[in-house]
Amino acid sequence: MSLYQLQKFLYVLNRDEAAQKKYHSDIDSFINEFDLTDEEAGALREGDIGLLYVLGVNGQILMHYAALLGIEWFDYLDMMRAGIEKHGPVRAGVYTMTGGGDSFTEEEKNR
Amino acid sequence: MSLVYAGALSHAPGITGRADLCENTVKRDEFLAALDRQRQDIEDSGAEALIVVAAEHFANFFMNNMPAYCIGIGDSYEGPIEDPEWLKIERTKVPGAPDLATRLTREIMHTVDVAYAEEWKFDHGIMVPLNFLTPNYDLPIIPVNINCQGPPLTPLHRAWAFGEALRRACDSVPEKVALVATGGVSHWPATPDSGKINEAWDRKFLGQLTGLEKEALLSYSDEETYAEAGQGGFEIRTYIAAAVAAGGQGHLQFYTAELPIFAVGVTVMKFDIAA
Repeated sequence: MSLYQLQKFLYVLNRDEAAQKKYHSDIDSFINEFDLTDEEAGALREGDIGLLYVLGVNGQILMHYAALLGIEWFDYLDMMRAGIEKHGPVRAGVYTMTGGGDSFTEEEKNR
Repeated sequence: MSLVYAGALSHAPGITGRADLCENTVKRDEFLAALDRQRQDIEDSGAEALIVVAAEHFANFFMNNMPAYCIGIGDSYEGPIEDPEWLKIERTKVPGAPDLATRLTREIMHTVDVAYAEEWKFDHGIMVPLNFLTPNYDLPIIPVNINCQGPPLTPLHRAWAFGEALRRACDSVPEKVALVATGGVSHWPATPDSGKINEAWDRKFLGQLTGLEKEALLSYSDEETYAEAGQGGFEIRTYIAAAVAAGGQGHLQFYTAELPIFAVGVTVMKFDIAA
């Protein structure tokens, strides 16, 4: 578990256009700059929002990353719920799911 | 007195980014009207600079070196760091106020060991408010951050002391300065529970804030806030700092829990400036 390194990868990526170019052109090289587990590196290669959420990535960092990947809002919420269904509860941090997977907006229910 | 305006407002990214998804357009438009009144109040105050007390989301500060409090003294800033299409705010350059911000920082340091930064990238926590309050980006901005994201967080009594320091600093300069706090009351943003709001908790806290009820405001533990108001509730620190800086009666100009698509109890406030 190297959540600090995982979050730092995303923190650097989210705020730095040069890092974003590197992410798209040579993701393995970028990943190797950080001390990540195979599970964490795999989640980054796949853009696996659900697993990253369960691993405990801060929700704000993850939300900005999802935006960078062009993921639509309600899809992003679904990906986190699917991550919990597949991998179990959030393992670290304060961005846990407390609502049982329910939707809290009419807009999402009506889509 | 050189603090000429003090207020608070929500900063959630959905306010701009998901405005087109919002089904309750009546309530949304009431909120937008309240924001426009706040913009007009700031303009009418004659403010020469705007301090934005924000709770950023890892745009600049990370757990490698996390300041509890930081103030921007740069010439200019850029934002948003987020995908502009996602936030629906174009990336732009925002003017700073380096000389004024440096003098404010010196005064604040007499009682609070605030960090300072000449580089600062704005995220939605500042860009959403500026989108409504200074839409032409023509008012110099002094960004201030209170760490509300990466625990351990500054205790509320220190946020109170920071508010006092901000006020003393504003009073020490000849320029007319406006101040807004941006943040949220109860909310569970960036989780599957996005849109969950504890209206009763919000109204209780906001009532205590308008009355500047020190004992009540400082009684919230992070554990209690997390349980009842979510991790987003940690941002009450910015609201407390602004209310203390103003020192007068607060006015809740707009509040609703009926816009959960914005993922926060949407709030617009103004505080009287005590002599």
